[in-house]
Amino acid sequence: MTITTTYGYADLRPLMSAMTGDEKHDVAATSTLDVLWVLYDQVLSVDPQRIDDPDRDRFLLSKGHGPMAFYAVLAAKGFLDPAELTNFGAFDSRLGFHPDRVLAPGVEIGSGSLGHGLPLGLGVVLGLRAQDRDRPRVVVLVGDAELDEGSNHEAIQVAGRWGLGQLTTVVVDNSSSSTGWPGGIADRFAREGWAVHTVDGRDHDALRRALTDTHPDRPLAVVAEVEPKEL
Amino acid sequence: MSAPTIATTMREQFVQTIDNALDTDPRVAVVLAEISADRFEDAARRHPRRVLNVGIREQAMVGVGGGLALTGLRPVVHSITPFVVERPFEQLKLDLGHQGVGAIVVSTGASFDYPTAGRTHMAPGDVALIDTLPGWTVHVPGHPAEVDALLRSALPGDEPVYLRLSERVNAEPLVTGPGWHTVRTGGEGVVLAVGPMLDPVLSATAALDVTVLYTATIRPFDAAGLRAAVHAATSDVVLVEPYLRGTSTHEINDALADVPHRALALGVRRDQELRAYGTTEEHEAAHGLSPTAIAASIRHFLDGATR
Repeated sequence: MTITTTYGYADLRPLMSAMTGDEKHDVAATSTLDVLWVLYDQVLSVDPQRIDDPDRDRFLLSKGHGPMAFYAVLAAKGFLDPAELTNFGAFDSRLGFHPDRVLAPGVEIGSGSLGHGLPLGLGVVLGLRAQDRDRPRVVVLVGDAELDEGSNHEAIQVAGRWGLGQLTTVVVDNSSSSTGWPGGIADRFAREGWAVHTVDGRDHDALRRALTDTHPDRPLAVVAEVEPKEL
Repeated sequence: MSAPTIATTMREQFVQTIDNALDTDPRVAVVLAEISADRFEDAARRHPRRVLNVGIREQAMVGVGGGLALTGLRPVVHSITPFVVERPFEQLKLDLGHQGVGAIVVSTGASFDYPTAGRTHMAPGDVALIDTLPGWTVHVPGHPAEVDALLRSALPGDEPVYLRLSERVNAEPLVTGPGWHTVRTGGEGVVLAVGPMLDPVLSATAALDVTVLYTATIRPFDAAGLRAAVHAATSDVVLVEPYLRGTSTHEINDALADVPHRALALGVRRDQELRAYGTTEEHEAAHGLSPTAIAASIRHFLDGATR
């Protein structure tokens, strides 16, 4: 499927620069840029012409802070008017410092508080399955520090034990968790029954290969390693 | 299909009504965190993809409910009161309301239905907590038959609904539906009885010349119904709720903002954690919710108006 757009990867940073009100989140925003681009450009079956199609793939941005890269990708792919980006964070804007699904087209969940996306994504998978919609994928993006939240582990365990192959978690790992993950993040998912890949979060080919390596009988976790968060 | 027989407890009625609904409404899905899972075993066999026991994971339970609703299903989320309201409160706020979706959240245990279990299994602040969230309907039924009617009316919708089950039941069901229902009329005061407090209130007010209004649906609050009753009697209002004292006082004051009035709120005490086991009756007495204590409070309040 070819998405007709005049925007490419090179346009994302200029689009992001249109949003100037949230500098403190700049590093966090940039950490997700390549993962988001690969997902929307090469992996997900989503289209601004069918944002309510029940058979669309779902992308749930759980790590809702620093959403500039997300908005830039949505603009590049036609979900948002790029002119809207300049109003980022204003009272009457649809684009806040944390995204709101009720306001912004193409945004599947409102997020900001960490640890909500994975349980919601688990529920979306179960809801699709209950309606015999076995094709759509549900991809949840979390940060490595976000995995500190125990609510994630509730969902990781259930999804692993129930073998929910429609669910994918992308962990953007910029080494920002204070306590870290002995043995690596992927090991933690693997122990719960997930298929796992750890890849360079800036390598588009590696991201695409990892994100498309789904298995019918187990969920997929892709750990996308990027440069450590600057303190 | 013949009308189902009514169970003897609210909890069994909830299971029976939802068990039937799973067969007839493909939107209905149940999310459990072990509590009551034994009661849904047969339903789970018939509908394995719509009866989901996520284990002892209450945050995931509510989050999954939110995700199910995002796909168009009608989730029913259930546990003992503190585990479904207090522990995953942010999930109720964000994974349902903030996402613009709803669920039917069903608690059991009320304020102190399991008194030997102690404080960990008590959550008398549940309705006050839900009341901080916009758009929720709150049902506080007083009889298993009311549970059936309230659930049947809630299932076809998409809105957030809190259904508060209790082991304490009134002898007879009353009509359900929004608003205050007049049980008795009198001239010296208006007594508002919520859910299972109706029988104790009727007993307490048997010798008093007061209007008694009943509701099994406390949110949205029926301000017009209260105003009409106050207009016909007096503006001395006694509120008797089976959860935290004064939970609905702000609704009374808003409803009567332009009417000089007095309001007395009875309910579970706020000023201390009652660290006791025993029986539900003993807890009611300790909180001033026995018929005798309610009668004394109402008399004292109304006498104050005439002095």
